[in-house]
Amino acid sequence: MSILKKHSVLPGFGLSLGFTLLYLSLVVLIPLSATFIKTATLGWGGFWEVITAPRVLASYKLTFSAALIGAGINTVFGLLVAWVLVRYEFFGKKLVDAIVDLPFALPTAVAGIALATIYSGKGWIGQMFVPLGIKIAYTPLGVVVALTFIGLPFVVRTVQPVLEEFEVELEEAAASLGATRLQTFVKVIFPTVWPALLTGFALAFARAVGEYGSVIFIAGNIPMVSEITPLLIITKLEQYDYAGATALATSMLIVSFLLLLAINVLQWWGQHRYSKR
Amino acid sequence: MSSAVAAAPTHGQVNSRLANREPVWVRWTLISVALLFLSGFLVMPLAIVFLQAFSKGWAAYAAALTESNALAAIRLTLLVAGISVPLNLVFGVCAAWAVAKFDFSGKSLLITLIDLPFSVSPVVSGLIYVLMFGLQGWLGPWLYEHDIKLIFAVPGIVMATVFVTFPFVARELIPLMQAQGTDEEEAAIVLGASGWQTFWRVTLPNIKWGLLYGVILSNARAMGEFGAVSVVSGHIRGQTNTIPLHVEILYNEYNSAAAFAVASLLALLALVTLALKSFLEWRLHASSSPKDDAE
Repeated sequence: MSILKKHSVLPGFGLSLGFTLLYLSLVVLIPLSATFIKTATLGWGGFWEVITAPRVLASYKLTFSAALIGAGINTVFGLLVAWVLVRYEFFGKKLVDAIVDLPFALPTAVAGIALATIYSGKGWIGQMFVPLGIKIAYTPLGVVVALTFIGLPFVVRTVQPVLEEFEVELEEAAASLGATRLQTFVKVIFPTVWPALLTGFALAFARAVGEYGSVIFIAGNIPMVSEITPLLIITKLEQYDYAGATALATSMLIVSFLLLLAINVLQWWGQHRYSKR
Repeated sequence: MSSAVAAAPTHGQVNSRLANREPVWVRWTLISVALLFLSGFLVMPLAIVFLQAFSKGWAAYAAALTESNALAAIRLTLLVAGISVPLNLVFGVCAAWAVAKFDFSGKSLLITLIDLPFSVSPVVSGLIYVLMFGLQGWLGPWLYEHDIKLIFAVPGIVMATVFVTFPFVARELIPLMQAQGTDEEEAAIVLGASGWQTFWRVTLPNIKWGLLYGVILSNARAMGEFGAVSVVSGHIRGQTNTIPLHVEILYNEYNSAAAFAVASLLALLALVTLALKSFLEWRLHASSSPKDDAE
């Protein structure tokens, strides 16, 4: 094996790497590239026509803005939850800490029907907004609710370890130099936390953009109004419009890959900052 | 006198701690807002599943779960998870062995590629297999001639599930095995153990908790996957419906109590997953910290 950088006494390099590459190619790389190749047969014109149709543009607008708002809500409340979990003691804290991961564990379809029930006009939370004239379920707001739910753990879980490792001495120094608590937070704590916060935001956003299961039950799925892009892919498939579905899928894959790249850069930046100190 | 002297440092500590604390009212406001947010988004959805599931009584609940299509969905979900989780377990161990125990070029690219399925939309994850094996797909005509049906059948569901759960075990094991290094395995080999003996007796006991952690997470995802499976399933009742798809059908038929009854199985699975996850995190922490101290 020429790619091996230095000799190792341990056996199994060829076998384990060979199997890894074979399995990776069969399950992930070949099917994904098939999608790109299939799109290429559409030609640039055909591809452009599909992804700029008015109904598609409306779905992009909804998907990205709802994902952005959901990730934004999660950034604010995720920081708050992480802060409360790291810094304060209260009854049931361990349980709260465990339940933060619920969106990772609860199947999206179950989350979808549960959220739709709670945020509908007759639901526990939905009915509180009826007197204000606000409908949540079956409107774009419902999409935001679902995307907030599924992105919730990302910010908490990326910020929490950074807060745990934060050196309290820095805060003490700031306080002894006369900083108020708020000044300490804004000028000492926040600058340390914010690369993690940004990474959490990006992870929540990336997850939200592709989400399907939890959204379709609460969105109402009205074309041009509350129809997300993944649903549009399914709609096209059901109409046997394979070319259209593939073009949409490719546009989403490109966005996913760009987000993945951004997240890797952010994570590298976060680690780099810490290692310099 | 002596007691005052002894008390002095304690007093100082209390003061320095107070300097890093928010006033009590701020603290409790923050805690309340955080808990309110979590209850609206996490606790209430979980509670409503069980409340709605039993809204028509125990008999209706039991009937919804023992109805033949529900049982078929449960069987199919167990079958799919039973195939895809072990496949990804073997892959995860292989990938982690290669990445963590050897130094080769292109390693970080490989790690990124292993994580790739996590950033692909579930719907797209299903679609790529339709494009490969569906009638309109690359191998579709050939498969049709040989009377092999992969899409809208069980094999398609398994493939889509393997794709979405692909990274779980590997991404859990890679950092763990990297942190553990190669010293123990090298010692075993030098002392004359074979490669397999080294793996079974040295590596596996070291990674068993991390391995279980990855398996639990990928099992939860495999049993609960909706988007990807929905694309490749074909939604044939009693044949290609998994539990989440069965929930969807019942819900769309306005059979809400039955939908939530079946959904409660998945909610229970989620709770068990969270409990095991917390337990394993505690185990992982307990098994790794003494070593850190020794080093």
